[in-house]
Amino acid sequence: METRNIVIVGVGGQGSLLACNLMGRALLLEGYDAKVSEVHGMSQRGGSVVTYVRYGDKVYSPVIDTGRAELLVSFELLEAARWFELLRPGGTIVTNTGRIDPIPVIMGAAEYPDNLQGKFRQKGAIVDAIDAFTIAAEAGSQKCVNMVMMGRLSKYFPFADETWQKALEETVPARLVDMNKKAFMLGYNAKKGVI
Amino acid sequence: MKSLLLGNAAIARGAWEAGVCLASSYPGTPSTEITANIAKYDEIYTEWASNEKVAMEVAFGASLAGRRSFTGMKHVGLNVAADALFTISYTGVNAGLVCAVADEPGMHSSQNEQDSRHYARAAKVPMLEPADSQECLNFTKYGYALSEEYDTPVLIRTSTRIAHSQSIVTMSERMNPPFFQYEKNPQKYVMMPAYARERHPIVEQRILDLIKLAEDTFLNRVEMGDTKIGIITSGTCYQYVKEVFGGKASVLKLGMVYPLPSKLITSFAAKVDRLVVVEELEPFIEEHCKKLGLKVSGKDIFPICGELSQNIIADKLGVSYNDGMKIGEEIPGRPPVMCAGCSHRGLFYVLGKIKAVVLGDIGCYTLGAAPPLSAMDTTICMGSSISSLHGYVRAGGKNAVCVIGDSTFAHMGINGLINIGYNRSDCTVIIADNSTTGMTGHQENPTTGVNIKGEPCGKMDIEAVCRASGIGRVRVVDTYDLEETERVIREEMSIPEPSVIIARRPCVLLKTTKAQPPVCVDADKCIGCKMCMKIGCPAISKKESKVIINGAVCSGCGVCAQLCKFGAIGRDISQT
Ligand SMILES: Cc1ncc(C[n+]2csc(CCOP(=O)(O)OP(=O)(O)O)c2C)c(N)n1
Repeated sequence: METRNIVIVGVGGQGSLLACNLMGRALLLEGYDAKVSEVHGMSQRGGSVVTYVRYGDKVYSPVIDTGRAELLVSFELLEAARWFELLRPGGTIVTNTGRIDPIPVIMGAAEYPDNLQGKFRQKGAIVDAIDAFTIAAEAGSQKCVNMVMMGRLSKYFPFADETWQKALEETVPARLVDMNKKAFMLGYNAKKGVI
Repeated sequence: MKSLLLGNAAIARGAWEAGVCLASSYPGTPSTEITANIAKYDEIYTEWASNEKVAMEVAFGASLAGRRSFTGMKHVGLNVAADALFTISYTGVNAGLVCAVADEPGMHSSQNEQDSRHYARAAKVPMLEPADSQECLNFTKYGYALSEEYDTPVLIRTSTRIAHSQSIVTMSERMNPPFFQYEKNPQKYVMMPAYARERHPIVEQRILDLIKLAEDTFLNRVEMGDTKIGIITSGTCYQYVKEVFGGKASVLKLGMVYPLPSKLITSFAAKVDRLVVVEELEPFIEEHCKKLGLKVSGKDIFPICGELSQNIIADKLGVSYNDGMKIGEEIPGRPPVMCAGCSHRGLFYVLGKIKAVVLGDIGCYTLGAAPPLSAMDTTICMGSSISSLHGYVRAGGKNAVCVIGDSTFAHMGINGLINIGYNRSDCTVIIADNSTTGMTGHQENPTTGVNIKGEPCGKMDIEAVCRASGIGRVRVVDTYDLEETERVIREEMSIPEPSVIIARRPCVLLKTTKAQPPVCVDADKCIGCKMCMKIGCPAISKKESKVIINGAVCSGCGVCAQLCKFGAIGRDISQT
């Protein structure tokens, strides 16, 4: 099989590390060769973060270059735009419709672009957008945005439900498993968000 | 057993499997998780050392005592440890000693882009470079055998993409830790001139022996494919090359990047039409090829600065590739910011307000240089703030202070302070003590009183250290209190005497820091002057003509409330 390329982006502090670990765990359980990159250090301080997930029969590079990702998963809308370049033509964007204003926007030095989803579509991308902040709150905590988005992302993988369940149990701290499972399921089942 | 491991975790596993008994390191992205993972193995005594030189020397001591030891650091950490490394190269080891050093092309979290391979050459010690997590484990393990067989410290070089990528690893059990009884041998271990002169030729012979090894070690391998192009590469670049070419190029993959083989490279070159070296940063392998008289492409087509990528390699070597589509819109940047409630924020607000020249250092507080605080003038390397302030003041510089974090103070800052105490200059040194090594992910350090395993241990008394260094004036302020912080800084700056201000307030992200209820804005009182936005807090933004505070982000530090002249920000306002 050809190597599959998935990019997960978000804002530092949104839990992309945990999402990465969950993804990696699931791929291992399914028996694939996989490489999963992580982000540490400076960019975690509220900066933009990007992580790469690649799997298949034999994976070489741990990074995904521009124009290569079939799936771009974004925990925050603006980040989907920032990393749009990584998407291959006709690829799918799975995004949170919620926004977190970056400091230049907060300070009034820049504007948060409007109608981003429309612009993604104009460029030929398929957009699957959900209101992950609201859904996460429903699951019990704003902090679950990562699991809501991973639940949504799981739709795009031919894995058994048990794989995700098991991977989740093995990566999330025991006392948070229930809430995270709920977030994951709510993300999976969520209605597409408003455009 | 198979597992998906981070490169850093795989190095830790390799050290464990090799029977390592001691690990001493100082954190630094992207190397930190190696030692954090080693600490999970009960069989290995693991510690955060106060700095990399100390760590290297601790590891040497353990090797001398007959136990395999490990130290890990980021590329600039090796600058600090270099003094020790260069002479441990002469003495050699007793039990195996491996040092992992993580380079950072692209500077995701670093202050420069130096290439550690130069250190291997300069110190005349072997350097291995793994290209995935499995190799991280295998090379580390093999590093110990190599270290003992050739009587040398061994460097393992990684880069961000190897250190911070997970890939599949087959693991084995821990071997019985070997033990080498220490025997007194001053000719080998006391590097005074007479003995060192005897050791130097041994080092030179060792390099010749290692070159022989390099010619046929399993670490270096040829993967013949199409012979129109032959690529010599190592580490993450090997993966990029395979990604771009698959079997459509011949590849010489080097797992040992110092010393480099000559015959292997020459014979590989003879089999291909065009020879190319693909390496990040310096033309290290390329220069070796040129010395061998080979015609080779390298930095004539690839950049020295930054990371390489599949697309750059494809582009420069004439392979077609997809370049992604731009969204065609200005995307506002999202630079890293001090967290809401960061203890450093108030300090930099005050320093900006009094327009001080701030000689800075490295840590979360370096973000004080970014707008809107914009209150830091320099960042060089760990500890430089204090020493440079002394020079600045001695040369007549006015209105200056320096800011250094607690971990950075214990790392190298302390040396500069001893110099100030000794040479007496009217310096005002500010130690931003947030009770943790924040920048690299909250490691313990000598000032926190807790060790790497989370157990209570010794605690350096910063005040006492300052006094013992000859600083008479040592004061403590709480950076959540702007008025007091400003008053104390102004006072100390005006007094012609060396002084230290400890700006003490634990990091908000620490588990031990109790969350305070968020503050909010009374819209009736807010006139939208944006005074509170001068501190660049991510919880505060403007909505229409008023300011709003995001309660989910706010940590309730109350610094913004102190800036509001209209009393519009408070904790108890119930918005009706
Ligand atoms: C020689 C060297 N070692 C390690 C690092 C990585 N590093 C940068 S800042 C820092 C420590 C910061 O801790 P502290 O001084 O307590 O400041 P904080 O981040 O907590 O504000 C480390 C380990 C480095 N830049 N240089």
